[in-house]
Amino acid sequence: MTVLADLPTYDEALAVYEPVIGLETHVELGTESKMFCGCPTAFGAEPNTQVCPVCLGLPGALPVVNEAAIRYTVMIGLALNCTIVPWSRFARKNYFYPDMPKDFQISQYDEPLCVNGWLDVDVDGQTHRVGITRVHMEEDTGKSLHVGGSTGRIQGATHSLVDYNRAGIPLVEIVTEPDVRSPEVARAYVEELRELCRALGISDVRMEQGSLRCDANVSLRRRPATPDGPENPFGTRTETKNLNSLRSVERAVRYEISRQASRLSAGERIVQETRHFDEGAGVTSAGRSKEEATDYRYFPEPDLAPVALSREFVEAVRATLPESPAQRRTRLTGDYGYTLTDIANLRGAGVLDLVEQTVTAGATPEAARKWWLNELARRASDAEIPPSQLAVTPADVARVATLIAAGELTDALARKVIDGVLAGEGGPDAVIEARGLKVVSDTGALDAAADAAIAGAPAIAEKVRGGKVAAVGPLVGAVMKAMKGQADAGAVRALLLEKLGVS
Amino acid sequence: MAITRDEVANLARLARMALSGDELDHLAPQLDVILGSVARVAEVAAADIPPTSHAVPLTNVFRSDLIRPCLSQADALAGAPATEDGRFRVPRILDPED
Repeated sequence: MTVLADLPTYDEALAVYEPVIGLETHVELGTESKMFCGCPTAFGAEPNTQVCPVCLGLPGALPVVNEAAIRYTVMIGLALNCTIVPWSRFARKNYFYPDMPKDFQISQYDEPLCVNGWLDVDVDGQTHRVGITRVHMEEDTGKSLHVGGSTGRIQGATHSLVDYNRAGIPLVEIVTEPDVRSPEVARAYVEELRELCRALGISDVRMEQGSLRCDANVSLRRRPATPDGPENPFGTRTETKNLNSLRSVERAVRYEISRQASRLSAGERIVQETRHFDEGAGVTSAGRSKEEATDYRYFPEPDLAPVALSREFVEAVRATLPESPAQRRTRLTGDYGYTLTDIANLRGAGVLDLVEQTVTAGATPEAARKWWLNELARRASDAEIPPSQLAVTPADVARVATLIAAGELTDALARKVIDGVLAGEGGPDAVIEARGLKVVSDTGALDAAADAAIAGAPAIAEKVRGGKVAAVGPLVGAVMKAMKGQADAGAVRALLLEKLGVS
Repeated sequence: MAITRDEVANLARLARMALSGDELDHLAPQLDVILGSVARVAEVAAADIPPTSHAVPLTNVFRSDLIRPCLSQADALAGAPATEDGRFRVPRILDPED
């Protein structure tokens, strides 16, 4: 693989050329059983233990469509504002490759189940509408292990080992229009699609396990000669396959833009080809050229009856659609006063659901956000578990937040309460009781401690009396120490200033 | 509608059939005759008869999303010419020069 030394900077490329990007995303559906047979779909089983005559393509085996896979695909189609067609067929895609034991893949060709939709994507406060060309169903392929080459690559391998556990898992392919114009929007689209599929509950959408993967079609065209001049026709595109992280989507598209700009600026042509992205080097390289002239000889799958969904079926599915991520953002910015960045951060930390449950349990949105995003996300990260598996419930957090708001706990005490809950000492009230963690609001004890602090540091007390209010810090510290931290620092400070006559 | 020798050669390549030049000379005209015979169906199909892909007028044949017993690994691999580590062992996929 050659790394191009003469790549123009990305900004130089963008000044001359407009990127035109289309995305094809594959989502493995989270059905219990496979698309056309009853084998389980669980990830990580011993090789070739979740296979049967149907998904091994043994003679005489007949496929039957999984009804849940149809329903999930319709859910995706409706959530992407697509038309669900009244007549749809499966097709055989013929090719020889050991990842499909039948020597064909059952897919859909010119009659996909869902067509003509869109998904809105927000990037830096701007909304980009990405057209959805089609959503179709197919079956996943087996997994190959290449042996004998360097680092498991197919190039130079002496032979390959195939596990068909994944073969036949229902897969949905979502194809966009060439509407995307930047790597950032490409990444945001895949992220929004991932969140949408997660909200629909139709896939675990784990890119690192391959249950959501993306191919990026990228081409460049010269920008119009004048700002309001006519747009130039699309250029030749390349397809970079199997991007398996959001970051890879953005990096691969960005690299292709620079690479193509460099070729075009040198007067060369872009070859329409499949490319692979090398995560380590951050570059794309040409795939196999020999197989390029693909002729899949699609024809209607004779073993499967056409799918002709009734309006009633589609409307019944529509009635089950949950709130979309976009609707949720609108609700949370409105009802909770969160910014889009807040929501992105909470989602990134894996605590958005927990925060909502905490607010439902009585905390303010701000307190719920603060506790989960800071303290609790950190505890989960320290323990190397997802926040949802922490031994503290949203109701516990809401109780702690309520006690803080009522002045019965300080933040420092609240953290000790959380310690206790996480250590399995019971709910917040039990921990407070057992550890004696309540803020001391006994004015007698506070008074005495404040008087003692003033008497113990006459020089400081004099400074404060003379108007240097900022000097009161050490006195506050002394009182907090005397109270073993179980006092509200703000209240202590006010009490001291009052006693020193400067409040 | 006629099928040319080149088209038959291409189809043979796609189907991984190693046909010699003599075999192509022999088979291509035969395929052409077969296609011509089948094409006569179109002559009797009136405009109001849509093309069909299935012999039976069925739609929406679905199964419930239920797990059924699988083959054991040993049974799954029993017919394989070669196996390794519980997997089907297949020859090199890419030629060395690829």
